[in-house]
Amino acid sequence: MTATRPTASRATIGAKTRARSATPSDPRLVAASGVLVLLVIGAVVLPFTATHDPSRIGDVLATRLVPPFARDGTGVWHLLGTDAFGRDVLMRLWLAARISLGVGVAGSVFAAVVGVALGAIAAWRGGAVERLILAIGDALLAVPRLVLLLVIAALWGPGLGVVIAVLGVTGWMSIMRLVRSEVLGVRVLPFVEGATALGIPSRRVLWRHVLPNALGSATVAITLGVGNAIVLESGLSFLGLGIQPPAASWGNMISGGREWLLIAPWIALAPGVLLIVTVVACTVVGDALATPKAR
Amino acid sequence: MLDALVLLWSVTTLTFVLIHLAPGDPASLLIAPTASADEVARQRALLGLDAPLLVQYGRWLLSLLRGDMGNSLALSRPVTRVIADALPVSLLLGVSSLALSFAGGILVGAVQALRVGRRTDTAITILTTTAYAAPSFWLSLALVAIATTGASRLGVPAWMRLPAFGLHEPAALATGFDAWRDLARHALLPLLVLSVPGIAGVARFARQTLLDASRAPHVQAARARGLPRRRLEARYVMRTAWSPLVVLFGLMLPGVIAGSVFVEQIFAWPGLGRAMMTAIASRDYPVVLGLTLVYAAVVIVSNLVADLAVMQLDPRRRDAQRMASEARA
Repeated sequence: MTATRPTASRATIGAKTRARSATPSDPRLVAASGVLVLLVIGAVVLPFTATHDPSRIGDVLATRLVPPFARDGTGVWHLLGTDAFGRDVLMRLWLAARISLGVGVAGSVFAAVVGVALGAIAAWRGGAVERLILAIGDALLAVPRLVLLLVIAALWGPGLGVVIAVLGVTGWMSIMRLVRSEVLGVRVLPFVEGATALGIPSRRVLWRHVLPNALGSATVAITLGVGNAIVLESGLSFLGLGIQPPAASWGNMISGGREWLLIAPWIALAPGVLLIVTVVACTVVGDALATPKAR
Repeated sequence: MLDALVLLWSVTTLTFVLIHLAPGDPASLLIAPTASADEVARQRALLGLDAPLLVQYGRWLLSLLRGDMGNSLALSRPVTRVIADALPVSLLLGVSSLALSFAGGILVGAVQALRVGRRTDTAITILTTTAYAAPSFWLSLALVAIATTGASRLGVPAWMRLPAFGLHEPAALATGFDAWRDLARHALLPLLVLSVPGIAGVARFARQTLLDASRAPHVQAARARGLPRRRLEARYVMRTAWSPLVVLFGLMLPGVIAGSVFVEQIFAWPGLGRAMMTAIASRDYPVVLGLTLVYAAVVIVSNLVADLAVMQLDPRRRDAQRMASEARA
């Protein structure tokens, strides 16, 4: 969070050609995608296997702050202990994974859609439209993303929709620039001229012929954006500006565990481990797509 | 230069529009919730919030040109004072962590590049990827847990344990050397939290840049000529890798003041990030605007500096620049 992510800019260099040569047998890619698939399956399936409703607050005094690998007052065993309300930390972790992963993906998909659309329009239309889009992009890029997120999320009030919207609004600029330069390159190729000569409407040429050929490098940028979005969501939720309790997200679980840090550190620290695993997996997938091992 | 000013202006305009579009009213936050609509209106007039938006914008821009950012609504102090008070705190953390991240990161990256593909390289890559992924707020809490309860459970003597928040001991009366020692003790944990991911990020980048540089044609030619390895690494590889590293430095420079929002929040350091959080919560428009302006100015200046530095460092660009200006003359 302190360093600007240098991989994002590196990934764009020659990513188009490299992305295609990334073989599915790259062990990094296989391992990291495997981890991500497991995380998603865990988030979807595991909460259904709970013997006790993970968000229900029962006999608080008998069940609260149970350390990992121990039984609570009612005899239920908890792998990762319980939180201040006696809820099982492990089960809440997986419940939170649904929101954290979902919001991260939804936010970056939103950013990608906006970025691709605006980049394509800017390159295709040119003129004042292009200048306006580029100017807005530059202005948004001139404010650190975290600051922008804080301002917008705080002013519009916290909530699931706002977080996704904010991740989209603050994340589209670099994708827009990538797509724009790619479209500018593709539009002068002979097959575009051919399509235009066949009398295909300009809009259809853009969306059906030019754009599919201009998305190579954007794909890598979007992949790398997912991990980033997950971290940002957790950061917002940690500050109380994102997902609100009782809904669970990794960020607000860490925030909630903060006041119990000294007597029950597992509440705050467990979600971070899952968060780090997720982000590492996303980074490795992005790295593998951007710079496949030479064979 | 003109571009930079236009950009700065568009950032402030965008922020102005954004915060006035947002729901919420600073006037009603400042007075008792039981106040009548009449009283709220009077408060709004007092703060100058009753004027049309365009007039407010004009007023703000005019006073900005005079170097005046207006008064904080919630703190009734000049915004410039609020920023001037918070800036040194953020700078102290930011500058020292940037220096540490860069020096440490390049060192680690160089070690990896020299041992590329071996076990050391792989182990460090795993470490840096993990450290880079750790969110600073989680890392802060983990370190606090270790430095406080962890340390006491392990029986670490009290003078070696680190304070978990604040700039100095409560009611600090220490002066001179003791005061500095106190500050350093308090700064150690926040600094660690900021530098560990920083070092990891720079190392990841430096490793790749150095590897790319050692595969550059002129470096391979030098290797073929049989230059001693030490000289090759120091003179050829390092110089080639230097300009991407400077660009990275420029990209990281804004982090000097913007990177510590979480850390300031957790360790209760009264810096810019904390000022921003407070201002946003109380809908303190002038402070939010002023701080955004400072952040944007730092980003824009950093980009300019990085561009100019690369121009100076890279002989090809330097020569191209000179030839272009000679051709024009």
